[in-house]
Amino acid sequence: MPSAVRCSGLVKRYGDVVAVAGLDLDIAPGECFGLLGPNGAGKTTTIEVLEGLLEPDAGEVQVLGLRWATDGDALRQRLGIHLQESQFDERLSVRETLDLFRSFYAAGHAVDGVLALLGLEGKANTWVSRLSGGQRQRMAIGCSLVGKPDVLFLDEPTTGLDPQARRQVWEIVDRFRGRGGTVLLTTHYMDEAEVLSDRVAVIDNGRVIACGPPRELVSTLGAGHVIAFALDPAAGEPPDFAEGLEALPGVRSARREAGGWSLTASSLHTAMPSLMRLAADGGWSLSSLTTRTATLEDVFVSLTGRHLRDG
Amino acid sequence: MADARRSRHPVVELTLARFRILIREPEAFFWAFVFPILMTVALGIAFRAAPAGIVPVAVVQGAHAAHLVAVLEREPSVDAFTIGRAEVYITLRDGRAHLVVEPGTPPVYRYDPTRPENRLARLLADGALQRAAGRSDLWAARDEPVATPGGRYVDWLVPGLLGMNIMSTGMWGIGFSVVMQRSRKLLKRLVATPMRRSHYLIALVAARLAFLVLEVGVLVVFARFFFGVPVEGSLGALAAVSVLGAMAFGGISLLTASRARTAEGVSGIMNVVQAPMWICSGVFFATSNFPDAVQPIIQALPLTALIDALRGVMLNGDTLAVLRGELGLLGGWTAASFAVALRIFSWR
Repeated sequence: MPSAVRCSGLVKRYGDVVAVAGLDLDIAPGECFGLLGPNGAGKTTTIEVLEGLLEPDAGEVQVLGLRWATDGDALRQRLGIHLQESQFDERLSVRETLDLFRSFYAAGHAVDGVLALLGLEGKANTWVSRLSGGQRQRMAIGCSLVGKPDVLFLDEPTTGLDPQARRQVWEIVDRFRGRGGTVLLTTHYMDEAEVLSDRVAVIDNGRVIACGPPRELVSTLGAGHVIAFALDPAAGEPPDFAEGLEALPGVRSARREAGGWSLTASSLHTAMPSLMRLAADGGWSLSSLTTRTATLEDVFVSLTGRHLRDG
Repeated sequence: MADARRSRHPVVELTLARFRILIREPEAFFWAFVFPILMTVALGIAFRAAPAGIVPVAVVQGAHAAHLVAVLEREPSVDAFTIGRAEVYITLRDGRAHLVVEPGTPPVYRYDPTRPENRLARLLADGALQRAAGRSDLWAARDEPVATPGGRYVDWLVPGLLGMNIMSTGMWGIGFSVVMQRSRKLLKRLVATPMRRSHYLIALVAARLAFLVLEVGVLVVFARFFFGVPVEGSLGALAAVSVLGAMAFGGISLLTASRARTAEGVSGIMNVVQAPMWICSGVFFATSNFPDAVQPIIQALPLTALIDALRGVMLNGDTLAVLRGELGLLGGWTAASFAVALRIFSWR
């Protein structure tokens, strides 16, 4: 089966700044693919090149087996594109806005059906200016769905939304996928990438630094758990502390964080007792201790030494 | 959930959307409909035909002041009163009197000869005083009052306001909203759909013309019923001139908006473009007040041509053939501005 979206050797520069530095992607039909990275990593530039909104400086792009240079009109009929920052006209109602976008497509969904899919039936005649942030975002995504697209591009679909509104957006994406649609989304929320994506490409400085299903990427850490703790500042820190921690059984790596220390561990039941013993033997006291399951965030940290939120 | 109903043509949807946004914008509604009517009412009342006007003349207090006031009061249109010596300049400056008479032999007239109403006051007062001093008139001419239709200031003003309105609604209605859509990344969002760019531009013009029917109609009908302002020419000619004027300013507006990224930026450009025409194109006073040296420039301005053509149709009953010079100029502005705007227009 041919790829839904494919690019190779993609390069995009703005003056001296290289936004995308040789990027390869291959997304299968029906797949939900996430581009995960901090702000400024080149996610939006990448997705806008794939959407035909930006010309790459180098590299090949194919969407649904077609090329932007020769098949732009045919392609636009088959894609749903949600841009990160577009603000819709405040004084049109939800239905009027969807009707407008529906009219651009030769074939598509009935607007009533899309309103139901979005959960906005009750807001059909409400002006955009009276919608909440989450409702606006759902309508914006609805505008990308009225044309019955084969591929849906979502650039930061839930940035700035509260948790409930984010879940509502995720449900819409799930339902689109339920009908066999392909999704390419960018996000700097690792939970969003994990929940929605079959595969994730972790992007940093315009390059893919890791790619695969979220669980597999996490398992490349060789450690499924993270132990975070802080020492009582009054006690001071023993010399060669990091080496001592990494030597503990069950601990893979130790990193100093802003609020204390972060250990990745393959098994909690061996790492935790040895950490406690180390504390008791050294006579230092812990001021906090938490454990959690490792996530894509930890993958990013282990690859770059930075957090996604650091930007 | 496939769509059984054929959706409307994109040009229709785009036009409807623009038209809805325009009429739902309270500010747009005010500037397009309420403001010109307020201007017409205010200026129409302020410059109501003069005959009913009373000419105020002040006499400086002194020996014969009471006598002079009595003599001046015999002149039907003069209202005479006395003032203190210190008040002379304030009285003239504020227009409480159009002439100040200082008693004496002969009397002294204080007035500003650059103000027509002051010169009129001097003529009336001088005549009254000389007759009282013994001058006899050689004859008493028979007056036959004539009311020239369309000759009042308000008649002359309404086509000017109409032209100014077509200009400013066109500039804001097209230019400002395009830049807003660009700065809010909505233009980019539209370009990401299969929407044809020509459809977007056609809808801009179509919505503008639909709005034009309302704004011209409201002001012409209001002026007709409230002030009796005539439309001597055909309504068809009035419509044709208005449409061509709206097209010329639509093009100029698109040109100012073709690159601007922010509302502040485009507002500045549009004010720079419009300000000379507000002043020079004969909205409130005749273009002939400006020196001959700048007349070629003033006559080449699109608002000058539009207002001249509107006055031709409304006041003189001119046909389009008579107005071909003005219409040709507007057509030229339309063609040139659209040609350049479409070449440099930024869709991002």
